[in-house]
Amino acid sequence: MANIKENRLSAYAVSAFATGLLFGTGLTVSEMVNPEKILSFLDVLGAWDPALIFVMLGALMMTIPGFQWVQRKGQPFFALRFMLPNKTVIDKKLLNGAALFGIGWGLVGLCPGPALTALVTLNTDLIFFVLAVLAGMRLHKVFFD
Amino acid sequence: MLESIIWSLFGGILIGLAATLLFLLNGRIAGISGILSGVFLSAKGDMFWRVAFIIGLLAGGLLAPLVFQREFVFELKAPLPIILLGGVLVGFGTRMGSGCTSGHSVCGIARFSWRSIVATLTFMLTAFLTVAISRHLF
Repeated sequence: MANIKENRLSAYAVSAFATGLLFGTGLTVSEMVNPEKILSFLDVLGAWDPALIFVMLGALMMTIPGFQWVQRKGQPFFALRFMLPNKTVIDKKLLNGAALFGIGWGLVGLCPGPALTALVTLNTDLIFFVLAVLAGMRLHKVFFD
Repeated sequence: MLESIIWSLFGGILIGLAATLLFLLNGRIAGISGILSGVFLSAKGDMFWRVAFIIGLLAGGLLAPLVFQREFVFELKAPLPIILLGGVLVGFGTRMGSGCTSGHSVCGIARFSWRSIVATLTFMLTAFLTVAISRHLF
């Protein structure tokens, strides 16, 4: 809690919920929650669907100017400072981890955001997928921490 | 086709807006693999906002089809063993590689982080290869 401004705890929680809502809405209306849609983007040798490129384009249109603008501010609204990753070196862990993630993404067509958002379908296979994601995270913790 | 492009762009804009707002208001990166692992694996004091964000995602999945009159299409066709293997790789890989599509590709690239640019190129490449092999070689 140390990073949150005094008396700003509920504002901090509300903005986390509201941005999650906006994020989940974006994933849903762009159909990124559908694994088949992701796989048809990844399938360059088949009937290729470029949708994900336009989603990324829309997102970066907001985040590139947005993050550059926010970073020039001294402080976030409800917190004392920006929490940023402190690693800057491109190491083997980054490359191997990203490579493994890409294989899993390509096998199923789901990455973490869409997987969580699509839980509203109560699809049993999806619930197994999310449990497997958590197991994979746990496995990493056991190996490396 | 044009309609699909417009929905894609619009959805992307909402995603980018959400990530920018979370950074502006709370000073946090909207990296969903990190938010998820924080809830289940490192029970520190800042658990509540992660849970609030995830409840928000679910609320978005529930409300968006009603608000925008869009059908929630979900087709998960992979067989269960592949789903489990893929899930473990996504969980393990995102921890090892410090992020997924949201943290690296939506937020990291916007910060001009070389790690995120390289991570995005790497997982895109292995995902393309995985689909090429699994759909066209077997």
